[in-house]
Amino acid sequence: MRRQLLKGNEAIAEAAIRSGCKLFFGYPITPSTEIIEYLSRNLPKAGGAVLQGEDEIASINMCYGAAATGARVMTASSSPGYSLKQEGMSYLAAAELPVVVVNINRNGPGLGGLGPSQGDYFQCTKGGGHGDYRTIVLAPSKGQEMYDYTMKAFDLADKYRTPVVILADGMLGQTMEPIEFKERPSVELPEKDWVTTGCIGRPKRKISMYNLTNEAGEEISLKLQAKFNKMKDLEQQWENYCTDDAEYLLVGYGTCGRVGKSAVQLARQQGIKLGLIRPITLWPFPEKAFISLPKIKGILTVELNAGQMVEDVKLAVKCSIPVQSHTRVGGMLLSENSVLKKLAEVFQLEVRV
Amino acid sequence: MIDKIVLAGFGGQGVLFIGKILAYAGMLDEQEVCWIPSYGPEMRGGTANCSVIISDEAINSTVLEHADSGIVLNQPAYEKFLPFIKPGGTLVVNSSVIDTTNSRDDIEIVEVPTNEITSELGNPSLANMVCLGALLNRLTTAKLSSIEKAIDEVVAKKRPQMREVNITAVKKGMAY
Repeated sequence: MRRQLLKGNEAIAEAAIRSGCKLFFGYPITPSTEIIEYLSRNLPKAGGAVLQGEDEIASINMCYGAAATGARVMTASSSPGYSLKQEGMSYLAAAELPVVVVNINRNGPGLGGLGPSQGDYFQCTKGGGHGDYRTIVLAPSKGQEMYDYTMKAFDLADKYRTPVVILADGMLGQTMEPIEFKERPSVELPEKDWVTTGCIGRPKRKISMYNLTNEAGEEISLKLQAKFNKMKDLEQQWENYCTDDAEYLLVGYGTCGRVGKSAVQLARQQGIKLGLIRPITLWPFPEKAFISLPKIKGILTVELNAGQMVEDVKLAVKCSIPVQSHTRVGGMLLSENSVLKKLAEVFQLEVRV
Repeated sequence: MIDKIVLAGFGGQGVLFIGKILAYAGMLDEQEVCWIPSYGPEMRGGTANCSVIISDEAINSTVLEHADSGIVLNQPAYEKFLPFIKPGGTLVVNSSVIDTTNSRDDIEIVEVPTNEITSELGNPSLANMVCLGALLNRLTTAKLSSIEKAIDEVVAKKRPQMREVNITAVKKGMAY
């Protein structure tokens, strides 16, 4: 199939159109802006509509309304804008509304800067808004995955009636790579028998979340938790790279996932048996990838933040393996050479860098 | 085979554009490519740069500490990227506006007098394409036919009258 040269952001937008997304509400922000630009140009041609809200809060709440009608709907932003959306995220999770939310992570905290970052890991994977909830978080590591995981995100959102986050960094959003425009996979999804589209000829339906008694609150919370547990059980995804004979492991996602692969190749040229686990779902975190690692002497996590995912890796191995962290912050990137150097330093290995 | 290429100059000199031509050339030859801009708060007249990776295998890391080769179109870009080229690599220099007194002897520096060539072609905005031609001979992953295909795709679809002059500019550069 012929490939098209697209920015990662544009790949997300194209995949949304081909996933049957009909409505997009958003507010432009670097480095995510190409998503709303591309959709403004192309979604109307596919029978959809794009509306720029007055801000991020309005946009996520427009998504709430649109999702209640059963339409496939998406919004996109970058870190400070994603923060503004958190009230809406919590409401979407509570009302069980399927929306795809893209966060092209830039540097924080605060207004931060425009450089690539993974500083929103905690915010995206631990809830972000108020209350007990989780959202599925998918982490692409290259252009084609920006496309493929967007399609996956829409299906997961509909499967579980839940908001799904695509978390990528500015580097992935801005880099152009050849993208294959794959057709939407055929997935069996539950019928949307809950949508509020007018009740002529059928009983009334209600999408709401406010509980007048604590007993009702408990019942609804437990029902939500049961759904999150089901996701945790069924949806963990990750990629193993050269792990079969590995003695040391890197763990990295997104841009760090692809840098990690280059580090594995470098290490193996020097006889170090290094492998990589690349989490694809950041929530649910792929704990299953770490269940049995008898040969592993040490793990190095690689992140563009001050060390966030490292906590989930430590929990996953239950402290049975030494876990060290290699990070870079402030919008700066790290290279495969720096990963190898850090690996050598923390596990006393001999390397040439 | 892999080429890691850096392209830099003033905004408006067309460095992102020749990066795009290289990326298309690689893609249309069924290779793997990445076009990596330096994005951020840019202003008119400021510096612009991008990197392109072309490879016959999957591209993993897109974080470059060094490039195999590059093109620089102005003095600030020359100063910034001179140390960035790997020993044994190539730097194509727009010698009409760049002073190369500060130099290196472990890389090949290709000086291209773009003013002379572009005034001959009657279009001063083609300096980028002339330099692209000079780089082309030193690449392992792209050849003239691939660049021609890319020009067809990127330029000629919208402005067919610009096809020949762009290809001529590339060919002139190949003499260096």
